[in-house]
Amino acid sequence: MSRAHDAGRRRFLKIFGTATGALVVGLPALAWTPDELLGQNLIALNPYLRIEPDGTTVIGARDPEVGQGIRTAEARIIAEELDADWNKVVVAPLDLGVSGVNGEPHWTYGHQTASGSTSVPAAWNDLRTVGAAARQLLLRAAAQRWNTDAASLRTLRGVVIAADGRKLGYGELAEAASKLKPATTRPALKMPSQYLLVGQDAGDVDARDIVSGRQHYAIDEWFGDTRVAVITRCPYPGGKLAHLDDSAALKLKGVDKVMTIPPPDPARTLGTQQLAAGVAVLARDTWTALQAVAKLDVRWQPGSLGAQGDDALAAAAATALAGEPSKAVRSDGDFGEADKHARHHFKAEYRFATVAHADLEPPNALVKVDGQRAIIIAPVQNPRATFDTVQRLTGLAPDKIEIKLPRAGGGFGRFLETDYVAEAVMLAKAAGKPIKLMWTRTDAFAHDTYRPFSIHAMQACADRKRQLTGWSHRIASTSRLAGREPRERWWLSEIHPDDLPAGLVDNLQYAWYALESALPRGTYRASSHGVNAFAMECFLDEVAHGLKQDALKFRLALLGEPRKLPYRGHGGPVLDTGRLSWVLQLAADAVGWSKQRTRGQGFGLACHFTFGGYVAHAIQMSMQGKRLVIHNVVCAADLGRVVNPLGARAALVGATLDAFSTALRQRITVKDGRIVQRGFKDYPLATMAEMPHDVQVILVPSQEDPTGAFAMGFPSAAPALANAVFDATGKRVRQMPIWPELLRLL
Amino acid sequence: MQRTTIVPQPIRKGIDVSINGKHFRHTGDPDLPLLWYLRDELRLTGCKYGCDDKSCGACSVLVNGKLKRACAVPMAKLVDADITTVEGLAGPDGSLHPVQQAWVDEDAILCGYCQPGQIMAAVDLLARKPDPGDADIDRIANLCRCGSYPRIRRAIHRAAQILQGKPK
Repeated sequence: MSRAHDAGRRRFLKIFGTATGALVVGLPALAWTPDELLGQNLIALNPYLRIEPDGTTVIGARDPEVGQGIRTAEARIIAEELDADWNKVVVAPLDLGVSGVNGEPHWTYGHQTASGSTSVPAAWNDLRTVGAAARQLLLRAAAQRWNTDAASLRTLRGVVIAADGRKLGYGELAEAASKLKPATTRPALKMPSQYLLVGQDAGDVDARDIVSGRQHYAIDEWFGDTRVAVITRCPYPGGKLAHLDDSAALKLKGVDKVMTIPPPDPARTLGTQQLAAGVAVLARDTWTALQAVAKLDVRWQPGSLGAQGDDALAAAAATALAGEPSKAVRSDGDFGEADKHARHHFKAEYRFATVAHADLEPPNALVKVDGQRAIIIAPVQNPRATFDTVQRLTGLAPDKIEIKLPRAGGGFGRFLETDYVAEAVMLAKAAGKPIKLMWTRTDAFAHDTYRPFSIHAMQACADRKRQLTGWSHRIASTSRLAGREPRERWWLSEIHPDDLPAGLVDNLQYAWYALESALPRGTYRASSHGVNAFAMECFLDEVAHGLKQDALKFRLALLGEPRKLPYRGHGGPVLDTGRLSWVLQLAADAVGWSKQRTRGQGFGLACHFTFGGYVAHAIQMSMQGKRLVIHNVVCAADLGRVVNPLGARAALVGATLDAFSTALRQRITVKDGRIVQRGFKDYPLATMAEMPHDVQVILVPSQEDPTGAFAMGFPSAAPALANAVFDATGKRVRQMPIWPELLRLL
Repeated sequence: MQRTTIVPQPIRKGIDVSINGKHFRHTGDPDLPLLWYLRDELRLTGCKYGCDDKSCGACSVLVNGKLKRACAVPMAKLVDADITTVEGLAGPDGSLHPVQQAWVDEDAILCGYCQPGQIMAAVDLLARKPDPGDADIDRIANLCRCGSYPRIRRAIHRAAQILQGKPK
């Protein structure tokens, strides 16, 4: 990051800024690129691309990097079409691109978010053109120089080459190219057979800075004259301050101020969600602030709706599931009738604990606000939501709000929220000084936006030929959309009407039942796919076992002949059953599914369609006493064309391990109306010793457009593990966390 | 004639430490944890904050050659200590330490936040065990939420080879 910016200041000739900016001015009506993509602001702000006289090619990465490898993937996409020399590419993160048009925000760069594995598909759609348009200009500049026809020229790794073998580097042509009027037609894109970068491995562009400790995350940034703020928050959802004596805290040297954050006002949401009431200490440094917070004499009054633990929610779910659904999501045929006439009946209930994000970088924000301007440096997954929060709190015009997008120490959905940014902005405004807000680990556990608790009532039936004739999946959950969206939309985040086996079973019903909870909830990796796939894939395993069918053959038969089913929602418009069967088959083969099994070795399979990607896991494990040992993990994935296989593998392996870690032992519990967990000691993330040494990743070659990768490896990993546990032990674990339940059953 | 008395200044009390080969004197609160001294006073932010109870390892540094969690070491215990942070691993010419290079070569990154601490833990392990087995590597308890463990493991094996002069 720093290198790129220094280089820019040192000897930046404004080359493609003008060129690409003008490119779009001539083409506002064309549908092939969003007009915000290459807006004129590019000239003044960060361009996607600039080439310096020495050939250094600076590529701006627009989406927030949270460990999904987007900076690398995005730069590779642009560099590919530019035909750049990757060794000369420097990647610089872009800020949120926003300007004001009649007071309304206008987004300069189009897609700028790290959510739902959408960044790579969006970049594939938008950003190839950026590289290709720049390459066209370089070709024309060379043609002018040599007084020849641009069509007779070609490019290779940062060099334009004439038919007679003469060469000019991009750096030598950049200035001339910047003065050309861009073409008015869409530049031709490369044929896949011409790709030199896309489909090849590339290490993370920030790797060197990270291993050197030079990479700055938001938590590592400072402004001059900054005050560090630490907040002690009301532990009871919706509660308020009952008593405060700050005299001891204020006596500490280096403490500036004690300020209060008001209790939530339902009429006014300050962040993406309600803020907890709090008392903030502003001090010269973190240690002083932490000590002062410990010296606050503070008591809290619980809110009207106390926080409920999972057991209370489970009781509420039992009542809810016995009644009418809040939303009948899907009903094909008649499940009740099918069940009545079926030969085989299956019924089970799955339960998923509330879990926390536990990103290694806790929420934090560095904020500077004066009457003229606001600068925000925070871990951010959804820059527009952050912008919206800052604008509501400051009333500043869009172009006066600067949202920086530093690399974030994780994301997983936590940084889609803006509560910590809202807190910092409020404090900075009131204090009149830049604020560096630090959350402690305990704060992060106590005030997360948790993955919703849910109970899944599963039912299935089969005929005498052991064919599935009916399937019912009913979910009672504390929707994360409650309190954010109108009630009739709450089901949308909890269950997907076209998830399998919809379309494969004649009589099928999906329904959702609302559960109330005072705990804040939010998006968690892979959204509700992370739990729904577990219920679906484990129950399918139960059914296959009950019907004395091989779990692989049963699944393949159910998926049937390859065909495209309609899929509304993220990842659609179609779900190709053939692509899912194929990854399932690949994973099963690689784990040795059909081979002779050794006694005590458990094998498990699962597959899922997530956000357009098809992934299957196959696992071999065994119980060694009271230890669960995972011997072999295969993750087969069809993610369309893979831009950076090294990055995609990292994402899939990481998601697999993260899924194991989350499923095995993680859970948030509530006692006396407040969260029990205070740190990693009572919220155990898996350690190296507990995790498999490797995950064998199989990437299916594909000509389809890329789907992204970060969420996809998550949903099928945990059910494959639970299915393997059943195979090894005969114990069916129908809960997350798996581990305590397995110990109970064994 | 007016006489001026020259009063000698009292010796400024403080804690002398050497950090990455440079001398520093801490004159503030002796209870200040090394973590915050590094981060807030010296701006050596490669040492990361991740938790409050020594459980995550993101703040791992070497103190007199021993691996420590900087969050749990007060400055008072560091009189004349020799401290190495991740910023101090590279050579004076900026060339990466073999462990850092192994991390780059294996692309052991993901979000990257825990990696400076993981690298310090690996440097410590390899100093004690030049050719560690998987069981030795398993004793590194630094947390990674993203699941980079397999690549960390490979990077440690690779670094061991390089450090023993067996190019991989």
